[in-house]
Amino acid sequence: MLVPLKWLNEYVKIDDIDPQEFADRMTMSGSKVEEVIETGKEIENVVTGRIVKIEKHPNAEKLVVCQMDVGSETIQIITGADNVREGQIVPVALHGSKLPGGVKIKRGKLRGLESNGMLCSAAELGLGEYVPNAAAGIYILPEDTKVGVDIKDVLNLGNAVIDFEITSNRPDCLSMIGMAREASVTFNRPLSIPEIHVKENGQDVNDFIDVEIKAKDLCTRYGVRIVRNVKIEESPDWMKERLKDAGVRPINNIVDITNYVMLEYGQPLHAFDYDKISGKKIIVRRAKDGENLKTLDGKDRKLDNSMLVIADPEKPLVVAGVMGGEDSEVTEKSSNILFETANFNGTSVRLTSKKLGFRTEASSRFEKGIDPNIALDALNRAAELVVELKAGEVVSGVVDNYDNELRPWTVDISPDRINRFLGTDIPKDKMVSILESLKIDVVDKDKDVMKAVIPTFRADIELEEDIAEEIARIYGYNNIESTRIKGEALEGGLNREQKIEGIARDILTGSGLYETITYSIVSPDDFDKINIPKNSALRNTITILNPLGRDLSIMRTTLIPSMLEVIARNYSKKIESAGFFELGRVYWPLDDKISKLPEEKNMLVIGMYGDCDFYDIKGCIELLLQSLGIRKYEFKRESDNATFHPGKTAKLEVKRKNIGIVGEIHPDIIERFDIPKHVYICELDFDEIVSLSELDKHFKPLPKYPSIERDMALLVDRNIMASEIEDIIREKGGNLIESIKLFDVYEGKQIPEGKKSIAYSIIYRSDCRTLKDDEVNKVHDSIIKSVESNLGAQLRL
Amino acid sequence: MRDQLLKIKKEASEDIKKASNAIELDNVRVKYLGKKGSLTAILRGMGSLDSEERPVIGKLANEIRSEIEELINEALESVKERERHEKLKSEIIDISMPGRIKNRGARHPLTIVLDEIKEIFTGMGFLVVEGPEVELDYYNFEAMNIPKNHPARDVQDTFYINDEVLLRTQTSPMQARYMEKNKPPIRIIVPGRVYRSDTPDASHSPVFTQIEGLVVDDGITMGNLKGTLDIFARKLFGEDTKTKFRPHHFNFTEPSAELDVSCSVCKGAGCSVCKGTGWVEILGCGMVHPKVLEFCKIDHRKYSGFAFGVGLERVAMIKYGINDIRLFYENDIRFLNQF
Repeated sequence: MLVPLKWLNEYVKIDDIDPQEFADRMTMSGSKVEEVIETGKEIENVVTGRIVKIEKHPNAEKLVVCQMDVGSETIQIITGADNVREGQIVPVALHGSKLPGGVKIKRGKLRGLESNGMLCSAAELGLGEYVPNAAAGIYILPEDTKVGVDIKDVLNLGNAVIDFEITSNRPDCLSMIGMAREASVTFNRPLSIPEIHVKENGQDVNDFIDVEIKAKDLCTRYGVRIVRNVKIEESPDWMKERLKDAGVRPINNIVDITNYVMLEYGQPLHAFDYDKISGKKIIVRRAKDGENLKTLDGKDRKLDNSMLVIADPEKPLVVAGVMGGEDSEVTEKSSNILFETANFNGTSVRLTSKKLGFRTEASSRFEKGIDPNIALDALNRAAELVVELKAGEVVSGVVDNYDNELRPWTVDISPDRINRFLGTDIPKDKMVSILESLKIDVVDKDKDVMKAVIPTFRADIELEEDIAEEIARIYGYNNIESTRIKGEALEGGLNREQKIEGIARDILTGSGLYETITYSIVSPDDFDKINIPKNSALRNTITILNPLGRDLSIMRTTLIPSMLEVIARNYSKKIESAGFFELGRVYWPLDDKISKLPEEKNMLVIGMYGDCDFYDIKGCIELLLQSLGIRKYEFKRESDNATFHPGKTAKLEVKRKNIGIVGEIHPDIIERFDIPKHVYICELDFDEIVSLSELDKHFKPLPKYPSIERDMALLVDRNIMASEIEDIIREKGGNLIESIKLFDVYEGKQIPEGKKSIAYSIIYRSDCRTLKDDEVNKVHDSIIKSVESNLGAQLRL
Repeated sequence: MRDQLLKIKKEASEDIKKASNAIELDNVRVKYLGKKGSLTAILRGMGSLDSEERPVIGKLANEIRSEIEELINEALESVKERERHEKLKSEIIDISMPGRIKNRGARHPLTIVLDEIKEIFTGMGFLVVEGPEVELDYYNFEAMNIPKNHPARDVQDTFYINDEVLLRTQTSPMQARYMEKNKPPIRIIVPGRVYRSDTPDASHSPVFTQIEGLVVDDGITMGNLKGTLDIFARKLFGEDTKTKFRPHHFNFTEPSAELDVSCSVCKGAGCSVCKGTGWVEILGCGMVHPKVLEFCKIDHRKYSGFAFGVGLERVAMIKYGINDIRLFYENDIRFLNQF
């Protein structure tokens, strides 16, 4: 909220305080400052000037040459605007001047003639929002404006305005008076709210209007005043200046008065053209289903029974608290006005404005809640201003329907408890004086438990803790001593899963992979992009009702598309080769009636491209599994997964459970992602890995007896898998096998077509005796025989 | 005879001195001590000496023989030493050529900072717990004292799955989930992803990471909240970090505060990270609202607590001087390999 300090100074004297210091201290007492603004700060060296003479530019049809009296001298300036006339006073940006948006004005030549600056439009001075047709031509100033003075003085710029962030619990601060209250407490200075005196014309308001509230649940208070013989005109400068500084565009005196009072008191007011109200009667009622109203913005609004309207006996006039109707709008032709002050139910206003799809300043204020007890003050203040501005005559009396008056309530407070809660030692007297400065009365001051009497504008205070906050913020959060938590020592730390995640990250980064983090909300188009079959369970997703767009509309069920995108992005940045991994969740819809929530599973995806092949990614997985104590695992051929290359893909099984897939991404998919390289990806169920991992280490004595090494090179059909050979080696070698190492695979020259050469080095060892050559030879021979007879292998010599 | 021997000794030692390598030294050995060597010849001619002279000359000849042998060995040793030295001197490599670096790999910067934060809090006896991202409206809002139609719900634009289920907008729902199942003393942090309906730009992301903290026990004070977060700020941003607690409002804490820390980039002098103010806001915090404790069936007359919520991306951006939140989710390797 924008608070002009000049305005605030009317209620609490603060004009001796530097704006920045004011802002800092207000922030520390609970009114957070977003920005300290000086209006027109960007304008430099712009003065008022009189147009002495206008001549046509000899070389350009659309330009004119103006001789400008700028006080100290007469200078020549060229302009293209067509609304300038001799004798007018306009803003002149001199040579070396600055305008909003970082614009710098310099002397120069326009079509051969010198121009010593620029004549400015209102828009160029940053007043676009406040002056009608601000960009249409040069800003013509009133005739009596002095020549040669700083434009900031003329336009009342250079004011300090503070932009406060008002939190949702403090709607009372959305007003000058509310902020003045805070300033008065913060700086310990008296608050003075001027008394309101309305000069009335002696006629009785009841002769003009009758008010009936039919929906009392949605409207707690409704008040009305009548103003006659209205003269619609511009507001005086002081009011326009304050409105502008507070970010509101001046319209005319009546509209400006309603806005001014709203800013001052926080109470939205509405002005009706009285003569458009039929039957001298206002009815506050629910709209009928299907009822129509054309609102101020010219749109037809379809209303329903949940919405509140202000109506006359014939028709709805206003969507209550949201927006006025076009028909009863105050215009230049209006001669009698009805001012409304009201207190509408916040939730109802909120739902109505949500349904209608727009919010207004008034609706957002009603939503947040307004003290019903300020309604009448605001109405009277508006009437007072009408008289002050000579905008009309005020009919005597108000109609005020307010059945259930809201009264102050009390909260029990114990200074002892508050001190224990805050960790402070604030004396009781100090607490009382802080509360009283906040207009919270304290009774039973001599008792251990006192009563705080909460003013009705502080709907946020219900509990002792709320009072504790009031005391703490005024006492100063930074005056509360920082202390350490006392109490028993607690067993903190990471759990098993978190530790395993850490180890996995160590292993994977140690393997040269970079960790990635991608959005968990993705596009449903991802499935087609990676060839997921139409009937796949992966397509059964959690879908967001109100997504930002299709691309971010479902919760992912696989991490593979995100990984492909990361790879594609890096490839497009000319990174020739890289490897990545991501540990992240996928989300499976679960028809669990109890939790109603999906299953969130942790998955690990690894992706690499460029300088690598299948065995690199497989090696990464094996290293990870072994590091996590998973020694028995099996890679089985997988040729039916449409995301992957049918011949270069395996599924990973541990204890007969499928825990993931690894392979080369199908070439069609790679093409879709614009990656002209082989890409290898694995996706593993990380929750399974965690549950299978065995972190306890047991020492095994180092071998006491020597080992014997034997090599063998075999010629086999090329489709024989290494695992088939290894299975036989293990089967025949039994517990004499210490390790099997594949050290060469070869196809090509000297090898018959359709065959490959595959060579192993086998280490034999016993842990209870020294093996003899004979014994090992026997075993080794039996292995060879077995691979020959079972796999049709031939020993290469 | 004696003179002859002394002459041989002198000549031999001169020859040894002159010899410059192993071959020449071997030649010296042959010349004097070999089968046809001059000293050998003398020893052979000893028979012609009389019995008195023989032992004296014999002794002298043997002495000279061993002296020469020793000299040769010494010389040989120093020759070898010199040759080794010269060999090493010639084996020069260009140590300015680049080293062979194994593929480095790295944790994501968000993980690095999160690990640091976990370490700080686990060191203070906190447990790390996690909760669901697809969450019930009840836990995300109602149990956090944000009833339906409360204006505070507007501040957090929420992705809904259905009337009851949403993507959590904060890690706070885990406060309620944890308190329902665990009784005080409670000391936890809850890291995790949260979601808000913000269009991605330099400072907004529809997906981001929060770390919730919750402490509930008998006698927890606002001073404890300040003390704990002071330690956190100093450990994360450096020992000289200053903190400033500003009053604020959250529905689930009362009193509530926001914590500013002195800018770790410019040390308070003012820079682009702190927008010239010298301070950066890093988290929201406060004393757990009695209604939240009540929701979780914890007696708020007996127990009190504090809670805080840190935006991980924001902290990482401040710590590393990163100016665009989208970089975290783009995973450009030229970004990732800087950490």
